[in-house]
Amino acid sequence: MEEIVSTRHNPMIDPSLHIWGWEIPVYLFLGGLVAGMMIISGYFLFRGRHKEMDCSCLRLPFAAIFLLSAGMLALFVDLEHRWSFWRMYTTFQIASPMSWGSWILLLVYPALVANMLVRMPSWLLKVAPRLKNLSDRLYVQPGAVRFIGIANITLGVMLGVYTGILLSAFGARPLWNSTILGLLFLLSGLSTAAALVHMVSKNSEESALLARADNGFLTGELFLIVLFLIGLLSSTEAHIRSAGLLLNGPYAPVFWVFVIGTGILVPLFVQSLAVTHRIKHTPVAPILVIAGGLVLRFVIVGAGQTSHWTR
Amino acid sequence: MARYGMVIDTAKCVGCMDCVVACKTENEIPEGYTRDWITYHSGGSFPDLHMEIRSERCNHCDNPPCVYCCPCGASHIHERGAVVLVHHHKCSGCKACIAACPYDARFIHPEGYADKCTFCIHRVEKGLDPACVAVCPTHCMHFGDLQDLNSNVARLLNSRRNHALLTEAGTQPCIFYLV
Amino acid sequence: MNDLSRRRFLKISGTAVGVAAAATPLARTARTLAGEPAPVSGIQKIPTFCDICFWKCGAIAYVKDGKLWKVEGNPLDPLSRGRLCPRGTGGVGAHTDPDRLRAPLMRKNKRGEEVWTQVTWDEALGFIAEKMQKIKAAYGPEAVALFSHGLGGNFLKHTLKAYGSPNIAAPSYAQCRGPRDAGFRLTFGEDVSSPERTDIRNAQCLVLIGSHLGENMHNTQVQEFAEAVENHASIIVVDPRFSIAAGKAKYYLPIKPGTDLALILAWMNVLVREGLYDKEYVAAHGFGFEQFAATITPYTPEWAYPETGIDPGTIRVTAREMGRYRPSTLVHPGRHVTWYGDDTQRSRAIALLNALLGSWGRKGGFYAPVTMDVPGYPYPPYPTPAKPKVDNPDHRYPFAHETITTGIREATTTGKPYPVKGWLVYATNLLHALPNEAETIKAIQNLDLLVVVDVIPSEIAGWADVVLPESVYLERHDDLNVEWFREPFVALRQPVVESPHDQKPNWWIARKLAEHLGLGQFYPWNTIEDYLQHRLNAAGLSYEELKKAGIIRGTPQPIYFDEGVPATFSTPSGKIEFYSLQLHKAGFDPVPKYRRPEAGPSGYLRLLYGRAPVHSFSRTHSNRILSDMMPENEVWLNPIIAGKFDVRNGAYVRLKNQDGVVSNRVRVLVTERIRPDCVYMVHGFGHTSRGLRHAFGKGASDAQLITRYATDPLMGGTAMNVNFVTIETQGA
Repeated sequence: MEEIVSTRHNPMIDPSLHIWGWEIPVYLFLGGLVAGMMIISGYFLFRGRHKEMDCSCLRLPFAAIFLLSAGMLALFVDLEHRWSFWRMYTTFQIASPMSWGSWILLLVYPALVANMLVRMPSWLLKVAPRLKNLSDRLYVQPGAVRFIGIANITLGVMLGVYTGILLSAFGARPLWNSTILGLLFLLSGLSTAAALVHMVSKNSEESALLARADNGFLTGELFLIVLFLIGLLSSTEAHIRSAGLLLNGPYAPVFWVFVIGTGILVPLFVQSLAVTHRIKHTPVAPILVIAGGLVLRFVIVGAGQTSHWTR
Repeated sequence: MARYGMVIDTAKCVGCMDCVVACKTENEIPEGYTRDWITYHSGGSFPDLHMEIRSERCNHCDNPPCVYCCPCGASHIHERGAVVLVHHHKCSGCKACIAACPYDARFIHPEGYADKCTFCIHRVEKGLDPACVAVCPTHCMHFGDLQDLNSNVARLLNSRRNHALLTEAGTQPCIFYLV
Repeated sequence: MNDLSRRRFLKISGTAVGVAAAATPLARTARTLAGEPAPVSGIQKIPTFCDICFWKCGAIAYVKDGKLWKVEGNPLDPLSRGRLCPRGTGGVGAHTDPDRLRAPLMRKNKRGEEVWTQVTWDEALGFIAEKMQKIKAAYGPEAVALFSHGLGGNFLKHTLKAYGSPNIAAPSYAQCRGPRDAGFRLTFGEDVSSPERTDIRNAQCLVLIGSHLGENMHNTQVQEFAEAVENHASIIVVDPRFSIAAGKAKYYLPIKPGTDLALILAWMNVLVREGLYDKEYVAAHGFGFEQFAATITPYTPEWAYPETGIDPGTIRVTAREMGRYRPSTLVHPGRHVTWYGDDTQRSRAIALLNALLGSWGRKGGFYAPVTMDVPGYPYPPYPTPAKPKVDNPDHRYPFAHETITTGIREATTTGKPYPVKGWLVYATNLLHALPNEAETIKAIQNLDLLVVVDVIPSEIAGWADVVLPESVYLERHDDLNVEWFREPFVALRQPVVESPHDQKPNWWIARKLAEHLGLGQFYPWNTIEDYLQHRLNAAGLSYEELKKAGIIRGTPQPIYFDEGVPATFSTPSGKIEFYSLQLHKAGFDPVPKYRRPEAGPSGYLRLLYGRAPVHSFSRTHSNRILSDMMPENEVWLNPIIAGKFDVRNGAYVRLKNQDGVVSNRVRVLVTERIRPDCVYMVHGFGHTSRGLRHAFGKGASDAQLITRYATDPLMGGTAMNVNFVTIETQGA
């Protein structure tokens, strides 16, 4: 029997790491959701379909700004020395995904604002009538619109992937130590954004299209989770142990039921039936997808802090 | 270029925690927090048992993930001795460095910034040993320039079997335990 | 159960008292060595010596910008050699402890209820003196006893002797090292001394029986132990628990508790039978060897095996190992040896084992300690007490050479041989030090006066009529430390910072009390510095030099027989008594005899206790720095036992002893490092004094569970490893 007793009892560190509570999973979820929104919205801009895609291109950009700001507020609240947060913007640390992220977030705002300008919501036009001119000009410039679309897609991808790379760059937490996390969070973000659009869009074509897209994203997500687990299980002892946290350890019930089960498999099944017209479209599926995305972040952030190298 | 490190003789260490108390008073660490600690590592089945006692702290790694991940440039490698330090005023308390350290050597100070062992650089710069090394009643702790072949630390590493912690994590730690 | 066993919560703190404390909580300006107020900025280094335990390591305290910063060892000090132990390093916490006693307190209601009135020193001392005079008039001055621990008690002892009482005791005798010293005196004619005269650093073979150096933090011994390890000394550890020292041992013997004497006898049997003992040494210095050898003939390893659980092969191998390195083989006599009731004889057996190996007076064994010749202060002669000491009537413990604390306690309860009506208690928490708290509380009920002088609101202080707050060592002068050690030296204790409230040093308290008693003539010196200066001048030493350096060392003296120390033994025969006629005449075994220890009730485990390197007795648990190192103790359970009681590592349980006493909740450490027939805890936790706000209720108190004790028939020591506990998981 091996016994390891340590005299250390530092707050947030011992008996096991718990530095990040709800703020970071919420931020990662919102970041992923916004990334998905930017990609979906940007795609339609790129394809010139911004005129008919009311949800994606009219409501989404503003919602994205709001949701991203909420996410950044969560980040700010998480900081322990928060009034020094501006220090992040005095430097660019190329090896620090957090540094990348803080600058990406800065660039995301203008991209979203530009996106919002292409089709401005009417209530906003009432508030800022001078922008109507700019908006009208943009609306009819396919080149500019395509460019804004590409910018949104690019920054959306970067935002989505970075939320995963942020965690995967921490080699000290074996559970997170897979670059697939970047793609997984991107795909999860796309899936939650697609589900949201599918649920709230009043344009039936847009809604159906996004439902089919969501099914694709959910399938991709499932596939990436499998790859993620295979990667851990075929790696070192610390990685194998960390995979166990999700598969049959303390996080297993939540992982299997709310991430895999109700987060992916059930909505995938329901939405597959819906897009093949065997059942009517229902908001239950996208709600489960969105909830599943949130739970995924909580599980990964929570279990990751539990996973460690030292026994 | 000097590369500071420590060599600790676990055969002599009795795990008395003098190093922990000395660090606390020297660096005025608040109650409830510690920059260094003792690990009692035993194994076997009574009465066939073995034990290793280690005084642990930040390993001032040569490949420090806590430095790379810092978005504010607070966590950095000091010019003297390649000691890993934190500019407290630059730290935003994002805790990336805490997540990055496989040894869990860092913590958030009550004032909000990330804190850890500094190899008592303020003492080293005056020609003194770090407080933990200077206090140890069994004289089991040694500090010096790992790259100076004539230093105590280099000679001990060359003449005694030793190991470092979690070398498989790729951090290249600079604290070695003689067995 | 009756009143006495109901826990009375003790709340001695500044807030429980009606009068607001006047002083600021932190130290005021430090004083320079010359006694002037120090400049507010910068760093001062002031030498003194530590008082967290009794080792008295020389220290240098650092004051930064008028505030106490840290304490380091004094490089000149032969005890610490410039490095303090963790408790000394954490000494700042004793000064800054928010739960310290702040002002003199007098009890308002019943004893132990802990409702106090804060009074002035004059009021307190006046009350005490009046009571003491009343007791003197009615019962004689012998009716007041002093329980004292440490050098700080010297002046109180002086006052009490001036008052006319012979009843001065330290728990460290009957509750700790007494049996060891008695056993060694019976064999070599001298005791082991404190610090122990053990030449650990030169030992080539070191045998530790129950001694857990490294957890037991006697600074010099731990330092020397590390030296011995570095020199590849062969270390043999005998302990029911796999201690830190066991982790460094070449041979670890997991002995059954209570059977150590059988093992020692078997070792001696092997050494004699195989001729591995130091024949020349024994021939030159021994008395009664033939009878001794004949007596131990039956104690073979095969005989010892079923008693101890140590197989005969191991007993032989370890005996041969000891013989191989003689005379530099040191069988350590331990310190706290009040274990099973056979402690004096067991210690005598250890002395005999050392004698066989020829280690007494030899390098790597036991050296002859030396001291600086510093005369005492020329006081007027003390009055001769009319009555003898009360603790050992008719010398029923014929080999007790110091006062038996529990003897005084018994006399206080029974009134025989004569009544004891007043107790002065200095720096010892009797409720954690003496076995069976109920007996102590019962004795206290018979007192007309109980005075406690302490730095923290200890449990015993909670029962006092008057509590006097002492300054901690960093705030006061004290008597000189003129140690008996490897080399002669004298050390000075002097104030580093001021006391934060109305605390006073022991010399001031003792002197003022003497004045109130009309005994002012016994304090002819004006200031404490006059006293110190006088003594030093008489020794030809400079007080100024001592103030600056903290330590003055003398010329090294011979400490081994080989260096010229005379090989004389203050025994009746003038030699090392392998066979003790005086024991025989007194009706005891002239050569130690083994008796099997009594087993506990079925399903119960023997309670063993010991030390942690960051704590000292029960007195460091409100020191915020040290309690941060170890906030609570744990009960060590072997996995088999943990399984049987269905407890997991880290769970909280209560211990219930054979008399139904239930402990505070305590955390479980499930570990392979202990035998399945016993449990282990670090002593000194489980505080019940509410004034110790930080320490209150943390961990469990071994002292509370020690309701039974076995009295050593030779010197009255109280063996405490004779209690058994079971684990209670409900209500924990």
